[in-house]
Amino acid sequence: MSVETDTTTAKFTEYAHPERLVSTQWLADHLGAAGLVVVESDEDVLLYETGHIPGAVKIDWHLDLNDPEIRDYLDGEGFARLLGSRGISRDTTVVIYGDKNNWWAAYALWVFSLFGHTDVRLLDGGRDRWIAEGRPITTVAPEPTAAEYPAVERDDATIRAFRDDVLAHLGNPLVDIRSPQEYTGERVSMPDYPEEGALRGGHIPTARNVPWARAVAEDGTFRPREELEAIYGAGGLGLGSDPVITYCRIGERSSHTWFVLTHLLGLADVRNYDGSWTEWGNAVRVPIVKGAEPGAVPHARSAAAV
Amino acid sequence: MTQPTLSASPALPGSLAAIQEDFLALGVKDRLQLLLEFSQGLPDLPARYAEHPELLEPVPECQSPISVFVEVDGDHVRFFASAPPGAPTSRGFAAILAEGLDGLTTAEVLAIPADFPHTLGLDEAVTPLRLRGMDALLARAQRQVRERRAA
Repeated sequence: MSVETDTTTAKFTEYAHPERLVSTQWLADHLGAAGLVVVESDEDVLLYETGHIPGAVKIDWHLDLNDPEIRDYLDGEGFARLLGSRGISRDTTVVIYGDKNNWWAAYALWVFSLFGHTDVRLLDGGRDRWIAEGRPITTVAPEPTAAEYPAVERDDATIRAFRDDVLAHLGNPLVDIRSPQEYTGERVSMPDYPEEGALRGGHIPTARNVPWARAVAEDGTFRPREELEAIYGAGGLGLGSDPVITYCRIGERSSHTWFVLTHLLGLADVRNYDGSWTEWGNAVRVPIVKGAEPGAVPHARSAAAV
Repeated sequence: MTQPTLSASPALPGSLAAIQEDFLALGVKDRLQLLLEFSQGLPDLPARYAEHPELLEPVPECQSPISVFVEVDGDHVRFFASAPPGAPTSRGFAAILAEGLDGLTTAEVLAIPADFPHTLGLDEAVTPLRLRGMDALLARAQRQVRERRAA
């Protein structure tokens, strides 16, 4: 059972998939609706405990979504256990929000999508906007009634790219959404962020740099479609029918851009490379490019890659 | 792979040993709660720093903007930190050091093992990656102590 979509926000109707977003007002009006579960997903693991949207459950990207042993996501059974424990069933409408303009919320949404959860949406503007508008938050932890969630096999082919997929993709559009300094190789982690241990700085050959935050307006909400088209479509990167791969450092900021390209602009074939620079910058025998230019496809490699 | 030992280490100064003991006495979930309580107790900066944020050293390894300053008074150390309320994990790390380092001698601070943050049983609760922010806080505090002692 799906909760009605947000049809009250004019900006959303311009997007390819307006049903993927809800406004803070829509959420305020629908809190507690049957079939709706609100999920908070933050970078800071304690932020939820300092106050969250009433009834929202917490899902932490490190502790809940990642496999503790392998650099990978939960398997189908683990995901089923996690969602069931949060009171989410397969037909639940899930609205995810979080800190830092929904980076981690978009990341969680992308992981939900790997498992084909049908109705998962983002709160436009995220946690900060909800709080800035003076809407209620609480420290009361909800006690969701456990739900049955089926063990669904994760689909790693459609919206997820691995290193070899990226090698085979060279020559098609690649969007590097890190900061300009990370792109040029001047530094290997984003400004003000911890080193995550990449051996070399630079970018994947031919990737073009559009820092993720360009998709977001000053108030933390997504920019209107027309502005997004100017950044990513004609007049900007020129993305269209060619398959696209996005990447960043560990795949979280690029999930945000993946969301924009897939759900707001409606591109048909966008994959997120979650190995991202922490894998590519350390991998043996993969080419990199330093500096501000995208660089060329290394011809010997592209043929040998598959 | 060797697991980090979670038993209290005898080399720690009393203040840090007590904090360590408190964390290790709890289950993983409650450790997170204790960290939250620390974050709420991070003292405000005294006016001499609040009015001069340029005196504080930024710690980019933390996932949120956080700055620290160490004072050495005689041979005793004081640790000050500023972190936004929207960064409770970083605030919690800073508060642990503010409480644990305050009043120690410079030699005691320099003798704190670099892996102290990983002996609180928080790796499981907040992940090792996030704990690197606390490693960086401790390392910077120790470096500042060295610099001030040499000055």
